[in-house]
Parts: sequence; C-alpha cells; structure tokens
Amino acid sequence: MEQISILEGRHKQVFEKKTGGEQVEISCDTSSLSGSVSQRACVFCGSRVVLYPVADALHLVHGPIGCAAYTWDIRGAVSSGPELHRLSFSTDLQEMDVIYGGEKKLYHSLIELIEQYKPKAAFIYSTCIVGLIGDDIEAVCRKVAKETGIPVLPVHSEGFKGTKKDGYKAACHALMQLIGTGSTENISKYSINILGEFNLAGEAWIIRKYYEKMGIEVVSTLTGDGRIDAVRRAHGASLNVVQCSGSMTWLAKEMEQKYGIPYIRVSYFGIEDMSKSLYDVAKHFPERPDIMEAAKQVVSEEVKELYPSLQKFKKALTGKKAAIYVGGAFKTFSLIKALRSIGMSVVLAGSQTGNKDDYARLKEMCDEGTVIVDDSNPVELSKFILEKEADLLIGGVKERPIAFKLGIGFCDHNHERKIPLAGFVGMYNFALEVYQSVMSPVWQFAPRKGVKI
Amino acid sequence: MKHAKTATQNACKLCNPLGACLAFRGIENCVPFLHGSQGCATYIRRYLISHYKEPIDIASSNFHEETAVFGGSHNLKIGLKNVSKQYKPEVIGIATTCLSETIGDDVPMIIREYQAEFKNGSPMPIMIHASTPSYMGSHIDGFHAAVRATVKTLAEKGAREKLINIFPNMVSPADIRYLKEILEDFKVPYMLLPDYSQTMDGGPWGEYHRIPPGGTPASAIAMAGSAVASIEFGSTLEASKSAAGYLEEAFGVPRYHMALPIGIKESDKFFTLLEALTEQERPEKYDDERRRLIDAYADGHKYVFEQKVIIYGEEDLVVGMTAFLTEIGITPILCASGGKSGLLRKSIMELIPGMDELGIKVREGVDFVDIEDEAKLLKPDFLIGNSKGYTMSRKNNIPLIRLGFPIHDRFGGQRMHHLGYRGTQELFDRIVNTVIEQRQNASSIGYTYM
Repeated sequence: MEQISILEGRHKQVFEKKTGGEQVEISCDTSSLSGSVSQRACVFCGSRVVLYPVADALHLVHGPIGCAAYTWDIRGAVSSGPELHRLSFSTDLQEMDVIYGGEKKLYHSLIELIEQYKPKAAFIYSTCIVGLIGDDIEAVCRKVAKETGIPVLPVHSEGFKGTKKDGYKAACHALMQLIGTGSTENISKYSINILGEFNLAGEAWIIRKYYEKMGIEVVSTLTGDGRIDAVRRAHGASLNVVQCSGSMTWLAKEMEQKYGIPYIRVSYFGIEDMSKSLYDVAKHFPERPDIMEAAKQVVSEEVKELYPSLQKFKKALTGKKAAIYVGGAFKTFSLIKALRSIGMSVVLAGSQTGNKDDYARLKEMCDEGTVIVDDSNPVELSKFILEKEADLLIGGVKERPIAFKLGIGFCDHNHERKIPLAGFVGMYNFALEVYQSVMSPVWQFAPRKGVKI
Repeated sequence: MKHAKTATQNACKLCNPLGACLAFRGIENCVPFLHGSQGCATYIRRYLISHYKEPIDIASSNFHEETAVFGGSHNLKIGLKNVSKQYKPEVIGIATTCLSETIGDDVPMIIREYQAEFKNGSPMPIMIHASTPSYMGSHIDGFHAAVRATVKTLAEKGAREKLINIFPNMVSPADIRYLKEILEDFKVPYMLLPDYSQTMDGGPWGEYHRIPPGGTPASAIAMAGSAVASIEFGSTLEASKSAAGYLEEAFGVPRYHMALPIGIKESDKFFTLLEALTEQERPEKYDDERRRLIDAYADGHKYVFEQKVIIYGEEDLVVGMTAFLTEIGITPILCASGGKSGLLRKSIMELIPGMDELGIKVREGVDFVDIEDEAKLLKPDFLIGNSKGYTMSRKNNIPLIRLGFPIHDRFGGQRMHHLGYRGTQELFDRIVNTVIEQRQNASSIGYTYM
C-alpha cells in the first residue's frame, strides 16, 4: 500500500498509546493547518449549530448566500411548536453591497422579516466579509430592536476570526443577553437547565422525561426545542447540566459567575453515562432522597427493558473494532464505553475540538495501541482505519463516504441524524444501527476482504 | 398578504466556489483548493457529499485574523506546499472566496511567487486559478469560471487534429458517462471537460486514494486548442464566460453552442451536429433509443397533456427541461431560477417562440419563497427541480419530481440521466409515473391497471 505520511505540523496532534513509548503531549486548541483538509468548519458554523434549534427566533445570516444556503434546515433539531429555525434567511450580499456596505440591506431585511414572521427575537450572524467591510451590526441591531420591540442580537461569527469554538462562545454570548430578562416566578428549587442538548431526533424530550420522572423541573433546554421565553428565565434554575461540553461550558461558567448557578458535565450516550447523568443531578439535591430514589427507579426500569435487547447485538459484535471521530471529545468518552458494552473495542479515537484535559482523559481510557487524533483529515483517518482494521467508523456526514469507500460500517453521530441516540432508548438505537451496518453482508464484496474488483 | 422582500429566503442557488470545486473534481489528479476560511471548504464538501455520496477532499488556506489583515499570500503558499506534499496532485484548482476577493489578494501573482520560490523542489503541480467571489453570481458561474480557467491555463496551440471538445455544463456523472459513450460510438477523439463521472460516482477502494481515479487528464486538456470544434451546452452561457468561447477567441476553435440536449428536438440537434462534425451517421443504437422514446411518448401522451408544472434550478437546466416539457404537451407555467444571467427568457424564446401564448412565465433571481408564492397562485400539477423544493412541495401538497442538483433526500441522484434520448426516456417515465401514482392514490377504487 502507498505510504501515507502525517503532515509536518500535525505530528503533535496524533498519538498512539503505547506502554513505555514516547509520551507526547497532544497538541490541540490550535487552528487548522493551511492546506490540510480539516474536517472542522469555522466560527460561523459553531455559532450556527448552537443557536439553530431556537425555534421561535429569526436567524438571519448577514453575508453572501453560501453560508445561509449550506445551513438551511441542516440539522435534525426538532421543535414541538414553531419551526422558524428551519427556514433560511440571508442578506445575500452582492458586489455593490461589499463596496458600499450592507447596513441598509440588513436593516430592511430585518424590519421586513420581523414584520412577516413575528419572531420572539432575532439572531444576526456576521460572516467573513462583514468583518472586513466594517458594517456596524451592533448599531443596526439596536435600532431594529428599538423599532420592533424584540431582542435583536448580533452574533459575531466571522468565519476566519478563530475556530469553531469561538463561534460557540459568540452564540453563548448572545444567549447571555437573553438570560436574566424573564421572570423566575414559580420555578421550583428542584430545577435544572439542560445545556448543550439540541433535540436532534427529539433527544431532549427523552432526557427531559427522565428528569421530570425524578421530580425535577426543567426550566430551559439550551437550545434544543428552544424558545426565547424559556431562555430568558434560565437563570431561575438551581443547576446547569451541561452536555456537549465543547459548546456550552462557557455559558455554564458565565451563568455560575453571574447568577451563582453551579454546573455539572454529563453525557446521555450509553447506559453508564446516561445513568450517571441522572444520579449526578439527584446528588445535587441531597435534602431530597426521594429524588435519588426516583432516579434509581428510572434507571432500573429502563435498564431492565434495555439490557436483554442488547444481547443479540453484543453476541454478534464482540471482537469487532471501531474508530471514532466526532466533534466533541466528551462524546468520544461515552462512545468508548457504549461500544465496550456491546463487545466492541476502539482502535482510533479523536475529535475536532477536544482540549488538553480531554485528551489526557482519553489516553487514560483507551486500550493499548489506540490511536488518538485531534483535528484529523480524511487521509489520516483512512490510514489508521486500514492499519488498525476497523470494522466501524462513527462520525458525521463528511466521514461517512470514507467508511463506505473502504468497505466498513458507519454510524452517523452528528447533527443530521434522524434517530435518537441519547438516553436508554438511544442506546438501543445505537446498538441496532451499529449492528445493522457492521454485520451487513454487503461488505463481503469490499476489496479489503481481498475480493477482486 | 404580499410582503416587501429584501432578504433572500430559502435560496434557490448556492455560492460561486461550490461550482468551481465540482468542476475541478473533473480533472484527473486534481485537488480543489479554496482560498478562504475553513468553513467554506467544509460546508461545500458536506453539501456535495450529501448528493454524490463520495469522499470529497477540498483543501483550504484556512484564513485567520492576521491573514485577513496582512493578506492571504503566506497562508496560500503554505497551503499549496502542504497539499502538494500530502496529495501529490498533478493539478491544484484554486478558487477564491468572498473573503480573499474582498481583501484583494492577487492570486495569480502569489502563484507565480510560489512557483519561483519552490521550483527546485519535487515536480510542481499545475496551478489553475478561478476567480469565484461568493457575492457575485451563483454556483453555476463558479463552475463555468473553473472550466474556463482550466482551459486557459492548459490548452495549447497546435495543428488541427480530428478532435472534438465537449463542455457538457453541470450535469450528472451518469450524463457524462452517456456523452462519453456516444462520442466513443462515433469513434471520434474527444476532450470532455469536466469529467467527474468516476470521481463523483466511483467504485469501492481497496486502499485509500488521496485523489480518486478518473477525470480529464491535463495532457488531454492541453490538446483542446487544436480541436476542430467545441460543443458547449448551456443556452445562457455566454462566450465571454465560457471555455469554448476562450478556445474560439484564442485558437480559432469554432464554438457550437446549444441548449442542454433534453427532449427529442434538442437531442436531434446534438446528434445532427455530431454527424456533421464527424461526417458520419449516428450509430444505429441511437436511432433505436430515439424510436423507443417516440413510442413511449405515444404510449404516455394522455397522462401528461396539458399538465402544468413549475420548473426551477440552474437556468440552463430550466431551458433544456422547458424544451422537453413543451414537446410532450406539458406547460411550464413558471420557469424559475436563482441565477440571474438576464438571458433566461431570451433563451427559452429561442427554442419556443410561442412561449407567451403557451402561458410560460419566466423569473430570474428568485428564491423558494418567491416560487412558493407563485405556486399558490398558479396551482401547478407538479414541481420539477432539485430536492430543495421539497419543503414547498410538502406544505402545498404538490408532487415534486426531483432532478438536477442537489438531491439530498433521495438515493441515486448522481446516477440519474437527463441528457439525450436515454436521459429523456428516464425523465419521461418518471413524469408519467408521477401522474399515474397521483391518480391511483386519489382514486377511491384502487385500480390495479392504470
């Protein structure tokens, strides 16, 4: 096989766990190398994914058409009511706007769209060139807010001004402008916000139900099935429960500082982490042992139903090997555990946006010989998939064709999925999807099995 | 209520660089490279992958704040170096973005500097530069800009050869394969550009390919200047923006410019042109295809006659489809495009002089909200276009016949035929079946023969 080398400048972002081997501190939090085909996106993408599920807000992308077109109805984030988030709005800047500025176009667009769609708030995303032509977005937003009486929030998400993480932060900053502006009357002391849960395929509803069964009030889900009014009163909750730590930890920290609300990090993927996320919330309210009892009850009922149904998959999948490459590192931890529970080992683990602590923990969790990568690219991923003889790749849309080309199974764990993978029922769906892909007879024709094509 | 409309809502177009990336994928051993932010490459990859279901590597120069302030030269050079090293391409297709265009990077100059700085290294890839600012035109303009830039960079002057250039426009891999089959059956040497029939719809891999096999070789494109003729599809594509236009201007290669050959009349024109250029009759097999299609028209004519449709998408696709639809008795009551060439109406008029009497309305530069507003008034029997019309189709309960690009909610869009007798046959069958299915479902009886 053709030798594939790691690009210079990326050696510190790839690591293989070996006893007695050289201990390289994995380097992350850097921007992607020019010319490598990163699987990452940009600042705008970070902001867009975080705010996208807010269903009764107007999301206006200020820039040329591409950014809005590529993010039109892109995620599986569902709403129980309004669906304004599923429309795509753009100021569609033209050459003349670039020369003379786009403020007027932005102003008129906003006034018209607010009049037509009557949103509860508007988010205005700046894209690359807005950062260059010097439109005063803040001023336009202030003016429109005053004239329309709704919050009009600029999101500083110029694509080149940092990484996807900076986009998360810009989105959180916009949310912070809303939090604290609603009434907290009648909110229970035993209440939480669910942060970093985007209600893909209705996952937030599943999680919410568990907490409600425990007697916990969910004040606001940020941002899955999101509503502006719920965001406004999020500061009334007693605890922030943060999933998808990459995107929302900043917001949790801000809320802790400003409103004294503590936060915990959780994950809803896999039996172990799902159960822990219920127990950890219960532990926060020690004066109410009944909450812990209820949590145990939920877990026991769910596991009793789930466990037997997983055995068929485990039997078939035991000994199979998986590669994981997803956005956030926290998800990787859960996936490793979830895969182990159905008999699979992990030979490659990586993320687009993990930090130093994440990678240290990942190293600890992984088996000997596991390759760990930060901000990888298709060439690298393929190299390790083949070298380590993986049977499955877990990733998003961009990784899917790599798996299928190389003739291995694939599980979509990204924003576009239509099947809930969170919660106990999600674990069943996950195992089923992995089983259906890995065990399919179609791979008998894949060239990696030595079949001539 | 009619609302004032400044913003674009649910765009019926994509941005310029997307088209360029697709076109560059049709050159052998070529890596598309976007000079701009990381997001552009990633979004475009994702968008293309969802249609073609193939790995699509697009490199990016990955602008940072300093890059935007001090210019993209440094990043572009590092990027070119890294791509050359990791992909070992023969060609790098560089397309700009709104960002690099706005800061005014002189990409040709940066490329020349790069070539001078690194000329002693390993063999230097050929660099093609297409200017594709996202704030001008749409994806189809980027597509043509890349094809023209490719020819401009590679084509050389030479003694007239018995060679035909063919520039098929943004058509499906299946269409490209069909065109190649036709030209091979005519036994005429040809240069088709871009040829992503394999790179965007290929087989499985035993090992990883940095660049998938397939595409038009640079050496073949070099010959384009010595061809006897260029055939270029696309009614709204002007010579000043097209590859064939450049070849005519620079090397005197005659440009034969025509609509996308969809339907019998337009396909006939294409075959007649090939017969004239090659001085031979078409192979019998195509007469057979044509006869089967005419026979199918007869068998299915009652289902489709006087059906009203809205057709939308790239302007050239709309023109080609309109020619086909009118010849089977379907009226495109609205021909709509997000593109804005200013030539859509004129191009349709050329093929269908009686368009106004037929009630064919044309609108350029529209989005899906405009089209939906029209649909509510015009009440078409069905919609024809890419899958992005699904939202309006579902909401208004009007069936959608998917074709073109993108098709994100159905399987096999890359294998769909549109061109020639074979493509028309496929489209005709689908249209007739859509009508039949509608009637069958609407009937309370549940007929088993329709």
